[in-house]
Amino acid sequence: MYGGGNTFEGIQTESLQEDPVKLAAFEARIDRGEKIEPVDWMPQLYRKQLIRMIEQHAHSEIIGALPEGTWITRAPGFKRKLALMAKVQDEVGHAQLLYSAAETLGKSREAMIDDLISGKSKYSNIFNYPAYTWADACFISWLVDAGAIVNQLANAKGSYGPYCRALERICAEESFHLKYGHHCVIYLATGTAQQRQMFQEAINRWWTPMMHFFGPADRISTHTQVLMKWKVKMSTNDDTRNQFLDMYIPKIWELGFTIPDEKLKKNQETGRWDYTEPDWEEFKRVINGDGPCNKERLEVRRIAEERGRWVRTALQSPKAAYIMPLA
Amino acid sequence: MDAIKELLYKLADDQLILGHRNSEWTGFGPLLEEDIAFSSMAQDKVGQSYALYQILQQLGEQAPDTVAFMRNANQFQNCILVELPNGEYDFSLIRHFLFDTAEALRFEMLTQSSFQPLAELARKIKGELLYHTLHANTFIKKLGTATEESITRLQQSLEFTLPYALGIFEESPFEAELIDKGIFEGEKVLKGNWILKVEAVIQQTNLHLPDWHIVTPVIGGRNGQHTEHLQPLLDEMSEVFKIDPAAEW
Repeated sequence: MYGGGNTFEGIQTESLQEDPVKLAAFEARIDRGEKIEPVDWMPQLYRKQLIRMIEQHAHSEIIGALPEGTWITRAPGFKRKLALMAKVQDEVGHAQLLYSAAETLGKSREAMIDDLISGKSKYSNIFNYPAYTWADACFISWLVDAGAIVNQLANAKGSYGPYCRALERICAEESFHLKYGHHCVIYLATGTAQQRQMFQEAINRWWTPMMHFFGPADRISTHTQVLMKWKVKMSTNDDTRNQFLDMYIPKIWELGFTIPDEKLKKNQETGRWDYTEPDWEEFKRVINGDGPCNKERLEVRRIAEERGRWVRTALQSPKAAYIMPLA
Repeated sequence: MDAIKELLYKLADDQLILGHRNSEWTGFGPLLEEDIAFSSMAQDKVGQSYALYQILQQLGEQAPDTVAFMRNANQFQNCILVELPNGEYDFSLIRHFLFDTAEALRFEMLTQSSFQPLAELARKIKGELLYHTLHANTFIKKLGTATEESITRLQQSLEFTLPYALGIFEESPFEAELIDKGIFEGEKVLKGNWILKVEAVIQQTNLHLPDWHIVTPVIGGRNGQHTEHLQPLLDEMSEVFKIDPAAEW
């Protein structure tokens, strides 16, 4: 899953205090499609924004494991139970992989998790919403993962080597998650009236967070040109949102479900989807801590960290020094 | 046939319930690597129970989903050890160590079973359990020799858990028949081997075992007598399934 809708700080390119010769060589490498590796020179802003993005992605994986994880113990039947366990385990594995990728840029996993718990760094907003029913868990497995794949496939073509390699592996696993999620939804769609209703209600609940998932509309989102030039961000929020709608709206309709947006239709002239702008005030409110589950999610993470501290302390050799991983 | 069925039910129920408990660590592990490890073991155990229930189905019992998701606590034959809540990581780790040491020996013995379907499955399960005991032994040795806190925690959990662990070996009314027919060598032999293995690992740590004679086993699980913890676990497990047991999910 789960990466998507990254938030970037306002960026002042004029204040870049970098060696112009090194900067030009760096940009030329990116233009040639080369990957930047941990030992290579890079602008401070590039490093900072990558840490921020990879860290947010890693946090989204472990926080995202919470709403789905609560359905492992309730999954109906052996096949679903086994598959969901494996899926959520993958997500935690992705967090491990991504924390390692971010560590190559100089921030330790511990520091990142501290920043998550303190609220300083963010995670995907969608996991601040509750998964009330099995159908909600199915929505996440299918459509939230689908949205994440759209983002991640784009980002896998980015410029930072360790992140791209992590994403390639993640996308391979995600494709199974997508199949699993779709399979679950097909069974609800072709099942009893009650099962169909469960999934329709899940769509109704999750549609706004799903639209939010790709981040604020381009016209109001933070200026990110330099990040696109450096191939940190690979596509605009509206472009990824549109790509997702293009791929999945027909599939949702095909299963006979409706989407709670009367304006939603493909505009034949522009080739893009018309839709009602989701409430961006709600997005801002939730990402800044005031969503239905923000407190609960961080509290669970904080308790897990505190309860596990003695284990981590005991496993660390007192003599070992911190070694930054290289890739 | 009743003897074989009873044996299969107890094996399958143990795996299912502990697999379920292990899966509850998802998202809450003390470090990501342990989160992932407990999830792997959970998948193995639930998968093993599924395979055992499939053998039962071939012997005329109901389908695995029905058996797992529709019975009540008093129809389960798991030992009480596996149904206890996860508690702190030290308890979960000690339980994992004591239980999987027994399971590895049990399935090793069952590879020689005269009941072929079980012998074949045991060969597969044995290979999976190798990693479970490897994981348990590594962590017991590491945390059992590390800090004062880790040693104290493990020691306390060990003392708390041992009576329940001895409940693994609660004998069935069919014990003599299983041994006579070469289906399973019996709980007594298993328990003897288990004590040796447990002692061999604990000796490499700063932990100590009490005199086995003063530990009273907590039994009853094999007869469907469970603690108050099992029924809520089963209610949670079947929450969605029971919305419509006839539906396909």
